Amino acid sequence: MYVAVKGGERAIDNAHAWLAEERRGDLGVAELSIAQIREQLALAVNRVMAEGSLYDPDLAALAIKQARGDLIEAVFLIRAYRTTLPRFGASHPVDTAAMACDRRISATFKDLPGGQILGPTFDYTHRLLDFALAAEGLAPEAAPQAEASGGAVPHVTGFLAREDLIQPDPDGPATPRDLTREPLDFPADRPLRLQALTRGDEGFVLSMAYSTQRGYGKNHPFVGELRIGTVPVEMDIPELGFSIDIGEVVLTECETVNQFTGSKSEPPQFTRGYGLVFGQTERKAISMALVDRALRWEELGEDNSGAPAQDVEFVLYHADNVQATGFLEHIKLPHYVDFQSELELIRRLRAEAMQATRKEAAE
Amino acid sequence: MSDYNFAYLDEQTKRMIRRAILKGVAVPGYQVPFASREMPMPYGWGTGGVQVTAACLTPEDTLKVIDQGADDTTNAVSIRKFFEKTADVAVTEKTAEATIIQTRHRIPEVTLTEDQILVYQVPMPEPLRFLEPSEVETRKMHALQDYGLMHVKLYEDIARHGEIATAYSYPVMVEDRYVMSPSPIPKFDNPKLESAALQLFGAGREQRIYAVPPFTKVVSLDFDDYPFDPSKAPHPCALCAAEDSYLDEVITDDQGTRMFVCSDTDFCADRRAAQEGEAA
Repeated sequence: MYVAVKGGERAIDNAHAWLAEERRGDLGVAELSIAQIREQLALAVNRVMAEGSLYDPDLAALAIKQARGDLIEAVFLIRAYRTTLPRFGASHPVDTAAMACDRRISATFKDLPGGQILGPTFDYTHRLLDFALAAEGLAPEAAPQAEASGGAVPHVTGFLAREDLIQPDPDGPATPRDLTREPLDFPADRPLRLQALTRGDEGFVLSMAYSTQRGYGKNHPFVGELRIGTVPVEMDIPELGFSIDIGEVVLTECETVNQFTGSKSEPPQFTRGYGLVFGQTERKAISMALVDRALRWEELGEDNSGAPAQDVEFVLYHADNVQATGFLEHIKLPHYVDFQSELELIRRLRAEAMQATRKEAAE
Repeated sequence: MSDYNFAYLDEQTKRMIRRAILKGVAVPGYQVPFASREMPMPYGWGTGGVQVTAACLTPEDTLKVIDQGADDTTNAVSIRKFFEKTADVAVTEKTAEATIIQTRHRIPEVTLTEDQILVYQVPMPEPLRFLEPSEVETRKMHALQDYGLMHVKLYEDIARHGEIATAYSYPVMVEDRYVMSPSPIPKFDNPKLESAALQLFGAGREQRIYAVPPFTKVVSLDFDDYPFDPSKAPHPCALCAAEDSYLDEVITDDQGTRMFVCSDTDFCADRRAAQEGEAA
């Protein structure tokens, strides 16, 4: 006698218990602390903060621990938490010109006011596995220290703007639309596109940017400037009647300078691509700037070459990894009913096709 | 779960969703954009349905959750548990006892009443999506009631296969105005879309809500000479002998032996209980 499988509830409970055990791993190995993840896996923490759209290194570290290092799962945990938080208000726009830079480089000028600051980068490391790291308990040698110059670090694009060589950034709406509070709607203006890109999946945005470099919507980018550092976040407090700093965030900002020979509507000049991402996330910020520039084809009067990176619906609808992974993975949920209806359809169509073939053969 | 509001979502969010639902009811079959929230379950697991259910639930409600027609599929169990935990509402497996039924891929066999709400989980709300990938374009097509592309697709199916080769998510015309996806229910269920119950459709990832109010005209797309045919497996249920219910095909041994049983587990169990009652 056939009895339908029951016990979904117990299966789920048991699966969760097993998962918790697997997450912890071998009890003989010391447990990872949130502080260790925050300090020693900082770039993973940064990615989770950026794509989770929530600046909180401790919560991001907790999410990474809970997700067993699956960063998209960690982003999802942060997003699901974030959406429940009340909103007290909005900060002033941060002033990245006033950033305390850990790193600031320009690929377009050899030297410039504020200087080139290499900062803590992998750029010139030789990618040789450092087996010394396998031996625990060794602190690295202290890096040399110097006094901060304290001088201003003006934006590189400002120098080009003084000569009118770069297109000015037109003022956007005073209050941009909020992607997390309104449904995505087209046409999507630049602030909305930038929001989608900054929380978009790093891999997706990277590949889209890479595709423009290889000729699918080519836009000749130079990294005018890449800067990473700390900016204060300022907010008006109605009870006080003035604004105060409520904290600071680390940001990565990338401004690309793109060759532009002019179009019907615009004179020859350089144009901009812009990337701004939470934390030290420079691969993402550069990618974002390239994709931003590619998506601006319409306002600059450029041709649409049909490249994926120029298709705003394509980019914006597919950049979000929480949406993408959910829909992708949902196909492992039961689909017996749809499959059954397909099964019956295919059997019927096949029977008809076979019959027709037999009839032809007989004739 | 005392940290969370009744049925998880905060009241402002529920209000936003209820507005979308009301608009959907006012314009049957029209996809209303709404600011879907990230839920604590993944997109694709029914976040749209869960948000609609959360916005409709009251403490007096009795909730039933089914997936593939069954109450005991893992995701149905998980969603039912979610609302037990966050809303503390009564739950049931009995279709007739439920005031709200959240479903994935099926409409219950038992005829629903005016006192019930059926909430569908919808993966792809746009019936025209696989004909036209751009949302800007499909919204325009709906606005202009420009459904020629869909009719051409159905015609091409008939030309190639001798019938319309769509077995689930079979498109319908609602109140002579909007072409609508009924979500991936088998086309066997399509006739039940004309119902006394309020039917609400939630697509979380795609940020759309739409509705079929009670007693709304819902017609499965077809041609006069190729009328719509809600087909099913040509068998009775092996457990309750029903001849008019949708059947799952179950493989029972490695020789490929198959049996067909009701997909609606509550319907099947009810019939078997009645048969045992008669026998005793």
